[in-house]
Amino acid sequence: MNHLSLIIKREYLNKVKNKSFIIMTFLSPLLMVGIFSLVAYLSQLNNDKVRNISVLDESGLFHSQFENKDQLKFEILENVSLEEAKKITEKSNKYGLLYIPETASIEDLSKRIVFYSEDSPSLFVMDNIEDAIQAKANSLKLTEAGLDAALVKSLKVDIDTQLETFGGQETSKLGSGLKLIFGGAAGYLLFMFIIIYGNMIMRSVIEEKTSRIIEVIISSVKPIKLLLGKIFGTSLAGISQFLVWVILLMVLSVAVSAIFGVDFSQVQSPQQEIIQQAQNSPDGMEGIFVDVMRELNTLPIANLIIMFILFFVGGYLLYASLYAAIGAAVDSETDTQQFMLPILLPLILAVYVGFFTVIEDPHGTVSQVFSFIPFTSPVVMLMRIPFGVPLWQQLVSVGILFATFMGTVWFAAKIYRVGILMYGKKPSYKELIKWLKY
Amino acid sequence: MENLLVAENVSKSFGSFKALDDISLSVPQGSIFGLLGPNGAGKTTFIRIINQITMPDTGTVHLDGELLQPHHIEYIGYLPEERGLYKSMKVGEQAVYLAQLKGLSKAEAKKRLKVWFERLEIGDWWNKKIQELSKGMAQKIQFVVTVLHEPKLLIFDEPFSGFDPINANLIKDEILTLRDDGATVIFSTHRMESVEEMCDHMALIHKSRKLLDGKLIDIKRQYKSNTFEVGMMVDDKDKVSKLLQDKFETFPATFKTINDELQYKVKIPESETPNELVFYLSNLGQLTHFVEVVPTANDIFIQTVKNHY
Repeated sequence: MNHLSLIIKREYLNKVKNKSFIIMTFLSPLLMVGIFSLVAYLSQLNNDKVRNISVLDESGLFHSQFENKDQLKFEILENVSLEEAKKITEKSNKYGLLYIPETASIEDLSKRIVFYSEDSPSLFVMDNIEDAIQAKANSLKLTEAGLDAALVKSLKVDIDTQLETFGGQETSKLGSGLKLIFGGAAGYLLFMFIIIYGNMIMRSVIEEKTSRIIEVIISSVKPIKLLLGKIFGTSLAGISQFLVWVILLMVLSVAVSAIFGVDFSQVQSPQQEIIQQAQNSPDGMEGIFVDVMRELNTLPIANLIIMFILFFVGGYLLYASLYAAIGAAVDSETDTQQFMLPILLPLILAVYVGFFTVIEDPHGTVSQVFSFIPFTSPVVMLMRIPFGVPLWQQLVSVGILFATFMGTVWFAAKIYRVGILMYGKKPSYKELIKWLKY
Repeated sequence: MENLLVAENVSKSFGSFKALDDISLSVPQGSIFGLLGPNGAGKTTFIRIINQITMPDTGTVHLDGELLQPHHIEYIGYLPEERGLYKSMKVGEQAVYLAQLKGLSKAEAKKRLKVWFERLEIGDWWNKKIQELSKGMAQKIQFVVTVLHEPKLLIFDEPFSGFDPINANLIKDEILTLRDDGATVIFSTHRMESVEEMCDHMALIHKSRKLLDGKLIDIKRQYKSNTFEVGMMVDDKDKVSKLLQDKFETFPATFKTINDELQYKVKIPESETPNELVFYLSNLGQLTHFVEVVPTANDIFIQTVKNHY
């Protein structure tokens, strides 16, 4: 067996057999599912709460507007003064009182509606109430102007621009969204992976120094082989852990939702709701599904998958080699702090460029340039590819990425070789550059 | 005798600091070669060049007649002064791993390890982790790992540090056995008594330069000063003292004896032979002690280094 595979094997087994590694591998999914279940359970509790609201409508225009819903119950108060209504509402322990005064015109009304409650009402409640009043008020205004509300509605024109490339390929805004989601997910995954496993590689490179075995090892193998072996071995261990996590998470979430009846789809952030609302097409859910499938079919799936793997691996290896270089330069983990930020900055930059510039103009100069710079290309190029990037550009970018990776490892090996000559001294950037000349 | 290792005009600088300045050395096949020098003299740098951890700026190193190449690491066993083992790995698998890196097959490594572990009576450590062992125990394993691939050239940097006298002796005997089996040994140490005991060749490096090298005996001859330690029973000590001091260059001497005698170190001129001194002394009284003062490695070390300050 040659040196590289020996080192990879040792690094891998050493990581995988480590007790804390094993514990984390199996405990993390449990914790995550546990937390998610808790959140889901809590938001269910929250949603189940029914809010009773009294309505005092002196204008007499909106009686019919307030329909009871699952979480909102309306009670119309009649023939009481505002003061009495307040008292009644407070006594009966209701959520709040909606007061609609009688006014000369509907314009006046819009400013004078008041909602009384114990403390500030939730956005959800106010949205519901305002929607109900607004709809009625609008149609009242139309009638006032002598227009038929139904007629106006039928006259309204919805513009939905169809997008098509010169090649005749149909695209759509939904498609753009999907592409962004793909690029964003890929970038985010890479980001997480680097943050979780980059440190592991760095620690593994420092290991030889803290255990003082470095000189024995380095007299048997070339530093570059040792570093490559460490990067590959640790990455494989990371991938194994990641796979176990994914599988365990899937199994556990299915099991938990089956046993406890917790519905994970209810754990939603406000953004997701907005996206959903925006996508509400007249065809309903089935329509969206069909649209999504159609859009997916237009994406260059094979290209995407292959490039995703290449850029993910390349990007990960590049950053891993930077972590390895830091490990090579220092003696102990406490000395690594000063080097951390410079590593993460390009990655953060890549994500920002991806989300702001690529969305704006996938083939603009900025996007193009950043999709070739190796430190940002894994994120930016991956986000560009769904919008159509010539193959040669993709290949050049991948080539640059892997060449830079090898360059960084070489650089790290150089630092490593010199680093062993100086135990116990914290290197400055200036010294690092000097070391390269040795 | 053929030379296993020949270094010619090796120089190495780190920035503006010159670590090795034009060093040429020959290590004869089958010798135990002491590489001596004060701290920071450049010994470790020289050893690292042999191990191809660093490259010389100028100069060449030949091993067994060939210019030093990457595959030569299999012929070299190196025990550095800064040494350790992977803390979380088990003794056995760690030793097998390190042996594999030196080019042994897994099966062969296991076989040889069993033999060595038996020999050093550490067989029951196989499944222990390094962190469970004491420092001396770990050193034993490092020694085994260093010699396991039966290298032609063994390089030990302070091999006895961390050993108790019993284990130091054990290791010393093992090194001598390895030499007898045909290995060549380079020894870097500050412990002069082990140089005296084991080395047949030596080189002294000081401030990046080689000050002297050669056979230990030759060097000692070179440094001998025609001085003899004498002890004699005389009637009148003062009178004889006076006579000796007038005739020769003398130094006070103390050595253990059963007699109450006059003790001196006497230096004779180049032109005189020891026989003439003995003849002269025996006329003055009863000669009980007559030994040539042979410079120790320690003396040579201190004297040479001091002369070059």
